[in-house]
Amino acid sequence: MAQVTLDRVRKTYPNGFEAVQPCSVEIPDGELVVLVGPSGCGKSTLLRMIAGLEDITDGALSIGTDVVNDKDPADRNIAMVFQNYALYPHMSVAKNMGYGLKNRGASKAEIDAKVQEAARILNLGDYLDRRPSQLSGGQRQRVAMGRAIVRDPELFLFDEPLSNLDAKLRNQMRIEIRALQQRLGVTSVYVTHDQVEAMTMADRIIVLNAGRVEQIGTPTEIYERPASTFVAGFMGAPPMNLMTAALVSGQLQVGGETKLPLTPPAVATDEVLVGYRPEDVRLGGDGSVVLDVQIIEELGANRLLHGQLGGQAFSISIGKDEQAQVGPQPITLPQDRVHFFHPERGTRL
Amino acid sequence: MKRAGFTTVWLPVALLLPQLMIIAIFFYWPAAWAVQSSFYLQDPFGFGSTFVGVENYTDLMANSEYGKVARFTVIYTALVTFFSLAIALLLAVKADKVIKGAKSYRTLLMWVYAIAPPVAGFLGLMFFDQRNGPMTEMFQALGWDFRLGADYNSTATAMVIVAVWKQIPVNFIFFLSGLQSIPKSVREAALIDNRSASGRFWEVTFPLLAPTAFFLLIINITYALFDTFGIIDTLVRSEPGNNPVTLVYKVFVDGFRGNDLGGSSAQSVILMVLVLLLTVFQFRLIERRIHYT
Ligand SMILES: Nc1ncnc2c1ncn2[C@@H]1O[C@H](COP(=O)(O)OP(=O)(O)O)[C@@H](O)[C@H]1O
Ligand SMILES: [Mg+2]
Repeated sequence: MAQVTLDRVRKTYPNGFEAVQPCSVEIPDGELVVLVGPSGCGKSTLLRMIAGLEDITDGALSIGTDVVNDKDPADRNIAMVFQNYALYPHMSVAKNMGYGLKNRGASKAEIDAKVQEAARILNLGDYLDRRPSQLSGGQRQRVAMGRAIVRDPELFLFDEPLSNLDAKLRNQMRIEIRALQQRLGVTSVYVTHDQVEAMTMADRIIVLNAGRVEQIGTPTEIYERPASTFVAGFMGAPPMNLMTAALVSGQLQVGGETKLPLTPPAVATDEVLVGYRPEDVRLGGDGSVVLDVQIIEELGANRLLHGQLGGQAFSISIGKDEQAQVGPQPITLPQDRVHFFHPERGTRL
Repeated sequence: MKRAGFTTVWLPVALLLPQLMIIAIFFYWPAAWAVQSSFYLQDPFGFGSTFVGVENYTDLMANSEYGKVARFTVIYTALVTFFSLAIALLLAVKADKVIKGAKSYRTLLMWVYAIAPPVAGFLGLMFFDQRNGPMTEMFQALGWDFRLGADYNSTATAMVIVAVWKQIPVNFIFFLSGLQSIPKSVREAALIDNRSASGRFWEVTFPLLAPTAFFLLIINITYALFDTFGIIDTLVRSEPGNNPVTLVYKVFVDGFRGNDLGGSSAQSVILMVLVLLLTVFQFRLIERRIHYT
């Protein structure tokens, strides 16, 4: 087991495209770190550089205490689970799982024991002689997991391992992978574009945007104190409300007339972005702030009210026991739940 | 699902008839005729024929010349098949590494495929020309008195080289698309599992290429046995003399030059049986072959 250190790691593809800007991250031993961001932001590129499948343009990558930039993937003591599982179609499940060990000179008895153990953990005992084509998607996913764990790697790498599964299986496997990772205590880097996966599985989240690290933090930190409007909008569903408010003689104002009863941040700009998570806003109040509700979305456990506040889109989430109707409704914006962002840079104030 | 169908039997029959007639006239009728005439001895002047039973066949078996040609055909087929597959595989593996260039490689090598066998033979003639053929000069520089058309081994070598050269593009294209259809992630998984490049090739890449390779093996054997006729005819300048020929070429020489239609027919029948066996073998194996999905 090992910690992983990225020191200003950068990737420029041969066509000149900079997919990952200099990125410095330290992943402590035994943690599961989730790389999250929209499609095309460079998650896979970063993961593949750690795996050794992609050259590192600049910077240093260490696994444990060694710099591994120039090591072959097979020499990095890692295991990777691919999005489409990448099982060897011509090998049985047992052979798939044992192939890496065999090439490292493990004895047949040792391989058998490890494959049996992995099959037991993953409930694959009955399928060891089958070929991947004779398995369901969920079973293939398990074989891919099995192939990773039999190797006893220092580092697990996952590239969207659940995105080919249906929603139910995805939720189940998410929990299983997390439990397995915690039991084995293997340092892991997990790539996903799904913020729910990121929030539920991670010890620590790295949010990537267009090849740049936007924020690194625990799920709570990321959710409670997003470092930018990008993170605020990406993490959390429904996303955080963001309104442009004018600063008029020390007062925040939206849409010309609605004054927000909030203490503004100390900034030199004459505008500021005001952010509220939908569940942080309460229905009811003194009538100084009114949400013009247009649509009510019934989600079962709660309801979403979508409407306009000072001419800008705004949504709030209320409990299923609260009553709501379309039309103007007074709401309360708690001072301790507000997020302020720079109007141009989008950074947290 | 609703099945589309014909309301009368006559329309489908009418539509199939031209194809069936072509098969009957150009394949079954000559084949039947060959079987029949293999049991007769033709008068050299074409005035009549005598039924001789299996004598044409027993004569062939006793004929040392036929044995020699058969032996040469086996060796020739083995060499052409082996080298055209091996070289094409090597080229495809190299081209696959520079995927971007693969398209132009493909087009460039495809050109050779478009050359008709006799033209390939003529190009071969130029390459192996006695006075200024580059290949002849190369062999002579290596100390081999290379004489195309006069020396058995020289002609045999030229026949193999030209036939291989002509067949490589077809094999290359199949191998390359076979290689490119192997998922990238499967190869990357192998990259993590096995540090040896040759190990990865023989244990992961090649098994996934095996269906393509097997298909090509049959195609290449058939090619070397039958389709090289034009190349051989050009290289030996229609003068077999002391030159090596294959079984198919001998059918032509004996039948049309030697006017031994009976013996030539018997040889054709033997070749037909060979093709039949090859086909059965292929279907048997294809049925048993694993389809990876
Ligand atoms: N081989 C390549 N050459 C050039 N650009 C590439 C290559 N691979 C990926 N990219 C680009 O790099 C960016 C990041 O890709 P990737 O890491 O796969 O994104 P993600 O996994 O976050 O969806 C994308 O814009 C993609 O188009
Ligand atoms: Mg990706």
